[in-house]
Amino acid sequence: MRAERVVAFCFAASAVASLGLLVVYAVGGDAQLEGLLLGIALGGLGVGVLVWARRLLHEDETTEARPPLGSSDAAMERTTDALEDEEVSRRSLLVRMLLGAGGSLAAALAIPALSLGPRPGQSLFRTEWTRGKRLVDVDGNPLRPEMVRAGAVQTVFPEGQVGVADAQTLLLRVDPDDLQLPEGREDWAPEGVVGYSKICTHAGCPVGLYRAQSHELLCPCHQSTFDVLRGAVPTFGPADRPLPQLPIEVDSDGYLVASGDFSEPVGPGFWNLPQ
Amino acid sequence: MNVRVLGWFDDRLGIATTARRGLRKVFPDHWSFLLGEIALFCFVILVATGTFLTLFYRPDAAEVVYQGPYAPLQGREVSAAYESVMRISFEVRAGLVMRQIHHWAALVFVAAVVVHAMRIFFTGAFRKPRELNWLIGVVLLILALGAGFTGYSLPDDLLSGTGLRIAYSVLISVPFVGPYLAFLAFGGEFPTSGIISRLFVMHVMLLPALMIGLIVAHLAILWRQKHAQFAGGRATETNVVGKPFWPGQVFKSVGLLLVTGSVLAFMGGLIQINPVWDYGPFNPTVVSAPAQPDWYIGWLEGALRLFPPLDIEIFGILIPSPFIPGVVIPGIAFGLMALWPFVEARMTGDSEPHHLLDRPRDVPFRTGIGVAALIFFLLLTLAGGNDVMAIMFDVQVEAVTNVLRIGVIVLPALGGLIAHRMAVQLQSSAPSTPARRVRLRRNPEGGFDED
Repeated sequence: MRAERVVAFCFAASAVASLGLLVVYAVGGDAQLEGLLLGIALGGLGVGVLVWARRLLHEDETTEARPPLGSSDAAMERTTDALEDEEVSRRSLLVRMLLGAGGSLAAALAIPALSLGPRPGQSLFRTEWTRGKRLVDVDGNPLRPEMVRAGAVQTVFPEGQVGVADAQTLLLRVDPDDLQLPEGREDWAPEGVVGYSKICTHAGCPVGLYRAQSHELLCPCHQSTFDVLRGAVPTFGPADRPLPQLPIEVDSDGYLVASGDFSEPVGPGFWNLPQ
Repeated sequence: MNVRVLGWFDDRLGIATTARRGLRKVFPDHWSFLLGEIALFCFVILVATGTFLTLFYRPDAAEVVYQGPYAPLQGREVSAAYESVMRISFEVRAGLVMRQIHHWAALVFVAAVVVHAMRIFFTGAFRKPRELNWLIGVVLLILALGAGFTGYSLPDDLLSGTGLRIAYSVLISVPFVGPYLAFLAFGGEFPTSGIISRLFVMHVMLLPALMIGLIVAHLAILWRQKHAQFAGGRATETNVVGKPFWPGQVFKSVGLLLVTGSVLAFMGGLIQINPVWDYGPFNPTVVSAPAQPDWYIGWLEGALRLFPPLDIEIFGILIPSPFIPGVVIPGIAFGLMALWPFVEARMTGDSEPHHLLDRPRDVPFRTGIGVAALIFFLLLTLAGGNDVMAIMFDVQVEAVTNVLRIGVIVLPALGGLIAHRMAVQLQSSAPSTPARRVRLRRNPEGGFDED
């Protein structure tokens, strides 16, 4: 009898919570109360049913036979006989042609899937940076070398293309005497202002963190670390290629401009990326 | 049931005998057999809450100006998709609780699937004749991960956008076809505006349809083959010992469905999850730190974080470092998992059907392999949070990574050996099948009868 009362109480609690749910909804709703009441409404029913099953259903353990799943040899033979049909098995030419035509149809039907995307073409190898394009900050303002603060990092874009993902560039100022850029890049960093692609060469995340004291750029996704002073070569983490460097010069008006595209294609690697 | 209703159906379908057999069908009883049911019930709840969300969500990357009640974002340009998720969270009545129940249910769903698969593995329930259901289960696990990841990406927030970007980078790393695959999947170079609507179709149509079909097949095969059972009592290879389907099993399953729903409702109402208003809308030039995916993607993220900087170059072909942890390791993991029943049957030379379950100690080799695999995935998952651990233990993130790089090689082997050793030890200290349980009843004469 006690179990019956427990079950009845559970069901009653559930019904009360359901009514409460209606009221809460009617007066404007509240996520916490809704979750709480729905939990009680479902839980009351559930616990009631479980107590009912455990305490009031007196079922004895029973046993059922488990005949083997495999069929008898005779049955198997009858089935294979039914499958065999002279007009199917004998006509091997027709069977082969049927399969061939079906395969061709499948290929023809799969081809429209190519409409899903363009061919990569040259898009992975180039960015919007071209010779003479001004570097602008996220608000679109052009920058002079003296506006780039040391010890900080900012994101710049080609003028007129703020927010374009594969052109995003990190701009930093370091002491020119500390810079050890790879050969041929001696004049890529006027007054120690150096620019690197912000897209990690590992998995493409924006390289968002800068450890100013050690001059390291750090990708927060997988912790690849790049040495700003040495052409952004990777020093830790899963990235194996340096961040591509943007060649920078100062134009006749004193503003920072690119003197070409990045040193390498930006972003994560792919099979025909030139090494 | 009302005799007249049953009669009405029986006159048209002739189902009385089949129905009775079904109602009397015997199901063995063990708590671990409920794990798969919990997964099933989470799926039911996901479909129910997901249907509600679909009615309000907009799979659209077009930029709109946010003008809703959440003050910090007012006036910001966000995608229509993100705006609709904000509306579900702040303006649709009961929207937030539905969204949070849906997200929690997804996390618990994958967890239940994984623990269910562990039960099947460690008890040898995948052996003949159940290899088919094991294969279906592995496919369902992969689809569950896919459904989780596509759903997680739909709000178009900063955190999930970062996840999509990593998925793109893994795809593009595949030798020869990577760039084509990535451009086909995303509709061009990342970031693209078309990806949201594609993820939406996958998440609300293709993946659920596939999963429903496979779940039906999974249960139909279970019904046909009859549930496996533990040894002990009267259980043998040629019988099924347990309680009938009706009413006990039905009551228990309905109760479990309701309790699962209840727990998820409490979680959805009281524990905040995926607050996309905190993350902000996706912006391809910004990233948040530390950033962790939902738990079931953590092992892939961890593999990417731990893998050494190894861009392999063969004959001028570049194999970028994300390829091995992002494609090869998951491929091998799921491949081995799918083939395990056949690998084990080949190794043991066992082609007999098995309906009595092993205890983990009965097969030390399998138990060792399973424990090693679990430790491997656990460590990779931990590695997915290496930056969080570095903050928590106040050490350099490089140190955490280096320790885990060694650990992920050494500890699985060590753990597997210890598990093997323990299984052997337990075997020798206890009989391989538990003693028959005997219930005694006092009779009126004062003696005892076996019940």
